[in-house]
Amino acid sequence: MPPMSPPKTRSGKTGATSTTKRGAAPKRTNATAESMAGMQREISVSEFFAKNRHLLGFDNPRRALLTTVKEAVDNALDACEEAGILPEISVRIDHLPKIDESRYRVTIQDNGPGVVRRQIDNIFGKLLYGSKFHRLKMSRGQQGIGISAAGMYGLMTTGRPMVITSRSKKGKPAHHVELAMDTTKNKPEVSVDIETEDFPEHTGTRVVIELEGKHQRGRGSVDAYIDQTAIANPHVLLTYIPPTRSSEDDADEAPLLEGDAGAVVGVPEDLSHTTTIGDSIVYPRTINELPPEPAEIKPHPKGVELGTLMRMLKQTSQKQLGGFLTNEFCRVSSKASQQICDGAGLTTRTWVTKIAHAEAEALHKSIQRVKLMGPPLNCLAPIGTRQILAGLLKGVRAEFYTAATRPPSVYRGNPFQIEAGIAFGGDLKGDDTARVIRFANRVPLLYQQSACSAFKAVVETSWKNYGLTQPRGSAPQGALVVMIHMASVWVPFTSESKEAIADYDEIRKEMRLALQECGRKLGTYVRKRDRIKREGQRRDAFARYIGEVARALHSIDPALDPVKVRDDLEAVAASRTEMADVTLDEDGLPIDKTRNVRVDENTVILDSPDAVAIPEAPVAKPAARKTAKKKPAKKKVVKKTATKRKPSGDQQEQLFGD
Amino acid sequence: MAKKKTSKKKAVKKATKKVVRKKVVTKKAARKKSGAKSRRARNVDTPTRINEFANDVATLAAKGVDPYLDIPTRALSNVSFEKSTGLIEMGDSTQRRSFFNLGQAKKFMQTTLIASGCSELLRQKKTTSIRDLFYHCKHTIEGTRENTFDDQAESDPIIEDLEVALASLREELGLYAEPKGALVGPMTIVDRGDTIDLSRMGSGGYAVPSIVEDHVIQFKKCTADFILLIEKGAVWRRFNEDRFWKKHNCLIIHGGGQPPRGVRRLLWRLHNEQQLPVFVLVDNDPWGYYIYSVIKQGSINLAFESARMAIPDARFVGMSSYDADAFGLPAEVTIRVTEQDIRRAKEIRDYPWFAKKPWQREINHMLQKGVKLELEALSSKDFSFITDTYLPKKLKDEDYLD
Repeated sequence: MPPMSPPKTRSGKTGATSTTKRGAAPKRTNATAESMAGMQREISVSEFFAKNRHLLGFDNPRRALLTTVKEAVDNALDACEEAGILPEISVRIDHLPKIDESRYRVTIQDNGPGVVRRQIDNIFGKLLYGSKFHRLKMSRGQQGIGISAAGMYGLMTTGRPMVITSRSKKGKPAHHVELAMDTTKNKPEVSVDIETEDFPEHTGTRVVIELEGKHQRGRGSVDAYIDQTAIANPHVLLTYIPPTRSSEDDADEAPLLEGDAGAVVGVPEDLSHTTTIGDSIVYPRTINELPPEPAEIKPHPKGVELGTLMRMLKQTSQKQLGGFLTNEFCRVSSKASQQICDGAGLTTRTWVTKIAHAEAEALHKSIQRVKLMGPPLNCLAPIGTRQILAGLLKGVRAEFYTAATRPPSVYRGNPFQIEAGIAFGGDLKGDDTARVIRFANRVPLLYQQSACSAFKAVVETSWKNYGLTQPRGSAPQGALVVMIHMASVWVPFTSESKEAIADYDEIRKEMRLALQECGRKLGTYVRKRDRIKREGQRRDAFARYIGEVARALHSIDPALDPVKVRDDLEAVAASRTEMADVTLDEDGLPIDKTRNVRVDENTVILDSPDAVAIPEAPVAKPAARKTAKKKPAKKKVVKKTATKRKPSGDQQEQLFGD
Repeated sequence: MAKKKTSKKKAVKKATKKVVRKKVVTKKAARKKSGAKSRRARNVDTPTRINEFANDVATLAAKGVDPYLDIPTRALSNVSFEKSTGLIEMGDSTQRRSFFNLGQAKKFMQTTLIASGCSELLRQKKTTSIRDLFYHCKHTIEGTRENTFDDQAESDPIIEDLEVALASLREELGLYAEPKGALVGPMTIVDRGDTIDLSRMGSGGYAVPSIVEDHVIQFKKCTADFILLIEKGAVWRRFNEDRFWKKHNCLIIHGGGQPPRGVRRLLWRLHNEQQLPVFVLVDNDPWGYYIYSVIKQGSINLAFESARMAIPDARFVGMSSYDADAFGLPAEVTIRVTEQDIRRAKEIRDYPWFAKKPWQREINHMLQKGVKLELEALSSKDFSFITDTYLPKKLKDEDYLD
């Protein structure tokens, strides 16, 4: 803790100098085992994280604000999706300078299923309490630390409790709970608990946290997080009210329980592009369907470490080894369990309780030797190329968009899937280094870019092949936004604050392949664009000389009409350089000019960056339109799309041998 | 001469060859009809051919076709040495210059400009230098900052292109090259109506004009026995000063290095109209050999004009690589051959018209000795050694190369 350290060191120093001066050691208080035992006690998780809040992403006020919003939004989205509700989420940040320059109030409201009263205390008031840690299922949150840590941080910095309002059943009153936390015991403390009608009709949850923070736009800001969340989650209707002057004025009068953030209602239906309405920024929903629900899976034996295996052996309800293997893991048939047991010098009928460390180790080794089918892949819910495109179209103003979804793969027994998207040209700045936006299970990763496997994969990809410049050991330069998404039942983060994906070879390789898939399309487009530019220059050259030729011919034979000759030559020039008039298309097919946007399965090219911004244009919902139009028009393109490679249930499993 | 001794067999061969050649000609004629091709037919005059070119371009453009001009290739690959006639002849290969090709668009435009400049000259019945035409055609293209021509080096090849494409001599286009070369000897000519006695030309001689066609120059009286072409002006002066032409009753002419067309054409006319044998006296180096071959067989560049320029009966009198020894020249007056000389000598050795044994011997001997000789080297003996001893001896011994 920074404020504490200076005096400490100082006193330590003086102590040291005095010791040398006196030439004798100060009297030591030699402790005994007994006296030490008096000091020894359990450390609660919440205490540990309160002291080490940087591990959770609360290391500075600006980041604390982001982490708070992020945890709340992630939870809201997970809850909505699990309940099968199309999410509508509003985020509001109020700056309260009258209390303190660094005081902020964050309000996040969703239309999710709500939380039943008896669980509110634990979910929001206890660290490491949640539904997500113990199962292998793809979700945004993983540990159950996030929101309660945010509440704890708010409590520590402002002393104000977290306010939760939740309606879990339509027609029933909502609960209003004010929640503090006893960090030493990791236990919630409820200060206010009333029923209230001050909540919109539908079910849902609202969380209000007051905290010490700092709002500053740019990289790693709340605004960037919201932007990117909208890109990765085109099925979400997001409303964001950033702190403004106006919120400053009525900050004091505004009741803690300010009605709904106001923006969820009254959003025009036909928005296609991020729009500012009054104080709020609306990220419209561009895909009207929920992502498929990922299935929950059991751990795959190959990904289990020895310690985990021993714990599982202890906890299992199975009596015999064969049953344990086949029931506690996925992909272990009775035949496979037989092989594993044989390899470990055990039998399937060995009592589980009889297995000690040596046997467990033999078992663990045997597992690695046996050939097993890879884990089931229906547990993954990638964003999908269509949705990535919709998200990028909404959030990035470029001229060329493409996306790719890789087939699922496996690292350390955990299935995962990589997706990449690229936006190029248009309004993007051309002389900057490409912007890399990273997602893990649809959550934007905003910090520790260079430590992240995704960023390394971008650097590692040779973008020069695709017509971009790339300084050695760096991301490419150019008008480019690169998006990488990793979907997995367990995303290997480098730390608890979940900002960087750990660098597994399997993961990085998949990322590179996805980027290359996008890159190839980008290369085709860039080359074609250059060719058209050259054609234009060619025509210019011809146009320059046509007049001279026409005049010369007329001077040779006055019977030749220079105007007619010129017109004829110009006609030939036009037909010869038709390319210059052609607008771009990914496969070299001429584009029908009556349409603004040409959309193939995973590439979108806009004539002008404004094309999508016009609300009444037929492109308002490009993705939806695509599904309707695509089939008859583009057989050829559909053939090479990623959809074909998408996982479809269990068909795609690969052998997961050694 | 070898040709006179042609056996019956050879004559038959020749006849068949002629047939083959005729076929080629008809092929060419057939091709011509298909578009703006090389207008090789000499029966129409140059202004008409330029006019045809302009109309072809306009017609093609009206049809929506990329206008083009086929230019016979002026390169070694497109010439063949016709043994029976002893001439270098141009092949059929052409290069198409089309307008709507980015690399050629500008050249095509320039070609039309040069064509229009020439047609203007012909209409006004004027002649001019190629530099003059460059200035005439040079201007800024409307609406740009680009010039039609930046450099004479751009317009000169275009003029040559047009010559071959239209099969018109430069002179027929109203253009002349910088005249060089001088002539003296026992002969009287009429040049643009002025009667000139070539035996009374003083020390400078009669400057050979660029255009020597019979509408400009007519031959009146000629008593000379032969013509001697001397490579350089300096040596020609020695011959003039020593009155060599009087002593040996001949015409002496020089071309200031590689003889210009005027000199070549005049030689051709003197040879064919006055039946004067032609002897060539050049330095002993690859460039000298080549000057001789241009006089004798024609040049690669102007292969299409060989029939009107080349003199297959011309003889090479010197200098030969054997002359240094034959005339006891000291080693100091020889010059080491350079890399470039060796390369060029080997090139020349491979030309089919140098395939004859004596020539192979001559060139190999030079390469083997590794030295070249200038005509002036003979002055190491005496200033007039070349006119008093060297050449008379060579002529007397008929020490020629064919």
